[in-house]
Amino acid sequence: MTERRLLRWLRPWVFPALLVGAFEWYARRAAALGSDALAPPSAAARAFMGAALDGSLWQATGFTLGTAALGLLLGAVLGIALGLVLGLSRRAAQLGSLSIEVLRPVPSVALIPLAMLTFGFGVRMELAIVAFATFWPLLVLVQSAVQQIEPRLLEVSRVLGLSARERAFKIVLPAIAARLFVALRLGVAVALVVAVTVEIAANPNGMGYAMMIAQQSFDPALMLAWLGWIGVVGFAVNAGMVLLQRVVARRMGVLP
Amino acid sequence: MNGNGRVGILVNRLGSLAVLFALIALWWMASNAGWVSRVFLPTPQATFASLLEGLNLRGPNSNGELLAFTQATVGRMLQGWLLASLFGVLLGAAIGVSPAVRAWVQPTLEFIRPLPASALLPLAISIFGLNPGMVLFVVAFGAMWPVLLATVHGFAAVEPRLAEVARCLQMSRAAFVWKMGLPNAMPDILAGMRLALTIALIVAVVGEMIASQSGLGQAILLAARAFRASDLFAGIVLLGLIGFASNALLAFAEKRLLRWQQP
Repeated sequence: MTERRLLRWLRPWVFPALLVGAFEWYARRAAALGSDALAPPSAAARAFMGAALDGSLWQATGFTLGTAALGLLLGAVLGIALGLVLGLSRRAAQLGSLSIEVLRPVPSVALIPLAMLTFGFGVRMELAIVAFATFWPLLVLVQSAVQQIEPRLLEVSRVLGLSARERAFKIVLPAIAARLFVALRLGVAVALVVAVTVEIAANPNGMGYAMMIAQQSFDPALMLAWLGWIGVVGFAVNAGMVLLQRVVARRMGVLP
Repeated sequence: MNGNGRVGILVNRLGSLAVLFALIALWWMASNAGWVSRVFLPTPQATFASLLEGLNLRGPNSNGELLAFTQATVGRMLQGWLLASLFGVLLGAAIGVSPAVRAWVQPTLEFIRPLPASALLPLAISIFGLNPGMVLFVVAFGAMWPVLLATVHGFAAVEPRLAEVARCLQMSRAAFVWKMGLPNAMPDILAGMRLALTIALIVAVVGEMIASQSGLGQAILLAARAFRASDLFAGIVLLGLIGFASNALLAFAEKRLLRWQQP
């Protein structure tokens, strides 16, 4: 019985361990042949410890996460507000549909040069692009969530003579809370990916830039350390959101 | 709505067109009246002129480059997407068809899933160097992920009774994949391929920006660095059109291919 449990606990780690082992062997062989383009994972772990101890790791991670969070906040507030309007009014949804269909497919990375031109480098350009990228999924998901609200709830709000504000905060938002959380979870994933992408492509701050600069200064160990760390941070943030969503759903009685 | 159905639809279409034109008019006013500096926001007519010039639509002896850039970007996106779809489905089927393999490998896949595709660019640069093949590799690798995970999920969700039927009929594993697994996973795979196309476009643009491969990504970055705002907007418009067209085509294909699912 305990052996089985041990096996189940170990099983997820076997495949990554094999991958890391193969990479270690390959990188050491490449280094022995005189290549300095790659580093073995053991060297990456040492570089990671160095970055963690001198504080550059936490500074860059904080920048990326903070900017992604602020951008998501901006994009989510705007997206939820417009999604509520378009979800509640069929006419507004039909009037806005063409504009949304035209604007939504613009890839967020296409705005990197524009944001660079408008804001220069720094927090604001990254914020703007993250907000743009998270605005659309939240708008679409909130709109469809509002459209699927039980019509009787809206009738009740009409009978009670609630104002538009009261209707939004007392009836609509509680009714879509669970779906809103799913949308926010997607928004978090998008925000993190877009923030790192902006840093890799242009913005000289944060985790993406740290990885890029490690590559450009021929420090493959540090570059791999950053790549692994970005993976860990992304996984942890997403896993945290899933956990939070489950807790909230249980609180609200959606899940047993 | 019921009484004047056709007229109502027409009015709605015209209304949404009017809203779009109103937004463009707002842009026109903001840029022409100087509310927003023209360094950032070119006038719509300047953007349109840049588009016409870049796409060689103005006359026979113009030398616009946007057409070639657009072809390069679209080509990169499509090649990467096709490779991603092929390998995603193959690997996904190989992993998804066996519960044992799934149990060993899936946690790793879930771990890699949130990793931004563009984060692989530095690694790919130091392995392959700055060349078109490197960008294509990252495009394909980044776009493969949603297809792969969707295929695994589609295979894992095969109705257990169908698997029992296959066992009763003594179907070979290949026959099971072809006759039950793939059709069952098709909706998931198509949804994954749609997401993959979006990712392919994004990674292609980022790759062109970083690795200076000719394409729209490099073109808009250079336009921004030289403060040629109208060229920059022309590039953004083209990228938006590529995104719009590819998404619309795939949505149409998805509807056609999944017609058997609808009652």
